[in-house]
Amino acid sequence: MNSTKNLTISPRLAKNFRRNFIERLIELGLLFSGIIAVFITIAILYVLISEAIPFFQHVSIYEFLTDTVWTPNFSIKHYGILPLVSGTLTTTGIALIVAVPLGTITAIYLSEFATHKVRETIKPILELLVGVPTVVFGYFALMIVTPFLQKIYPDLSTFNMLGPGIVMGIMIVPYIASLAEDAMRAVPMAMREGAYAMGATRYQTAVRVITPAAISGIIAAYILAISRAVGETMIVAIAAGQQANFTFNPVESAATITAYIVSVALGDLEHDGIGYQSIFAAGLTLLIMTLFLNILGHIARKKFAERY
Amino acid sequence: MKKDLKPKPIKDLGLMRALIAKHKRFDSLFAILGIFVLASLTITLLILFLDLVIDGYPRLNLDFFSNFPSRRAARAGILSAWVGSSLVLIVTFLSAVPLGIAAGVYLEEYAKKNWLSDLIEINVSNLAGVPSIIYGLLALGLFVYQFGLGQTILTAGLTLALLMLPIVIVSTREAIRAIPVHIREAAYAVGATKWQVCLQHVIPYSYGGILTGVIIGMARAIGETAPVITIGALTFIAFLPPSPVGIEPPFINFDWLNAGFTVLPIQMFNWISRPQLAFHINAAATGAVIIMLTLLMNGAAIKIRYNIRKKIKW
Repeated sequence: MNSTKNLTISPRLAKNFRRNFIERLIELGLLFSGIIAVFITIAILYVLISEAIPFFQHVSIYEFLTDTVWTPNFSIKHYGILPLVSGTLTTTGIALIVAVPLGTITAIYLSEFATHKVRETIKPILELLVGVPTVVFGYFALMIVTPFLQKIYPDLSTFNMLGPGIVMGIMIVPYIASLAEDAMRAVPMAMREGAYAMGATRYQTAVRVITPAAISGIIAAYILAISRAVGETMIVAIAAGQQANFTFNPVESAATITAYIVSVALGDLEHDGIGYQSIFAAGLTLLIMTLFLNILGHIARKKFAERY
Repeated sequence: MKKDLKPKPIKDLGLMRALIAKHKRFDSLFAILGIFVLASLTITLLILFLDLVIDGYPRLNLDFFSNFPSRRAARAGILSAWVGSSLVLIVTFLSAVPLGIAAGVYLEEYAKKNWLSDLIEINVSNLAGVPSIIYGLLALGLFVYQFGLGQTILTAGLTLALLMLPIVIVSTREAIRAIPVHIREAAYAVGATKWQVCLQHVIPYSYGGILTGVIIGMARAIGETAPVITIGALTFIAFLPPSPVGIEPPFINFDWLNAGFTVLPIQMFNWISRPQLAFHINAAATGAVIIMLTLLMNGAAIKIRYNIRKKIKW
């Protein structure tokens, strides 16, 4: 009796065991896929730092951060990151001057003024624009916007920071509009109703109630847009020139950090040469800048999420 | 005390009406400003796009798609570029999509709230914000030199997969989160294991949302230029990589993975960088092709998402 009972149970137990084993295996596989994200981050840091270390053995960090000349391809070599940073900041600044007002107005309009139907039509169009490749925007900057600006201001050189800055601004308007609008829509309806009940107009509600309430979300949108502009490559590589130039004057041509990396990569890369290592040092600078901005944006967004 | 808090009523009706009218004017002024901003943005972009298409129109014919790049602008085409783009995208798709879905399923269905899942989550959102050129540097240091893969289709495909991965993970998670708990509970109640619940219920029901993310990611991968330039893609390719499908057995070969290549945006960049005007026409034509592709893909993704939102009621 006992032995037959055992026989009927043990295959079931065995099946259960197999089932559990497979389940654990699959879970491990899925966990591994998740951990790849961590691996990628580690790999980025490892590659940038390990390639930048030989560079910093050749060039002191002090020189890198304070020298105002960047001429790795000349006979007298200078490795000061400041000219590349100034180019990056100038194009980013122009982009923000264009994108912040336009993006904010669009967000307030879509969130507080537009009818449901208008919003549902405009938002997908904004999302479509986010998908336009940046190399195409680079073409616009070089072939259309700069010649147009030259008609107004004839002294403008073919490669300048103004044209690409403006185009970059147009490119990031959808980011700001979409993120800021999300933040404003997330403000509880009760606050709007309260304002309306007090007799406030839509404009008063939008500017004095909704915008202050959503301010940390809106600031997060700005910060993410800055991070986007700082890391933007093709527009500036095509239209802002590839010669490092320590200037904040938008009508001059100047390379950004990203444009420098592209110009080196387009040439013949001599593996383990100082030119090769310098793009990793430049990349590390860029990564630190964007990482700082992303953390700031994350904090702002979290603060916003906590309030509601 | 209470009397002091009461607002003083405006006795003069005319003053009050003037005040209301003033605020209402502000209201409509801002509405007009909003419409003006939106309209000027749309018109600017429309002009830019139309200009691109008009500039490139003379070259947009079948020969353009079936010719190799050439020193003579009028005879140059984008054959090697679009074949290269397609092959790179195959690699990207095959590596990013399974990994991304698996990671998304893990984070939503399996992960317990602990330091490990927090770490993964922070990394995913952080990777989405890393500039694309940094991925190019990573691939240059890691894939090209450390792994010795060289400047090949495989390297480019994997690089773009890194870029696409966060997009797939995030969209998978969002899609899974929309599935109500009772679906899972019903499956568990009839004895399904966790993986069976995921494979037979959670993943199929979140299919649309995942597809949206995949299409958006692929559209981004098509237009992405900087990382592919950084790994050292060639700009002048007058040959095709070996065909992935052969007529003789074993029918499928993998030689194409190790071939040199160029992609559409790099071809465009190359033509923009040339001083001759004739090449700029080619660049515009290539740009028009890229824009059509990405707009179509993104449009499809948005449409799919819209349909899901409308259709599914749990």
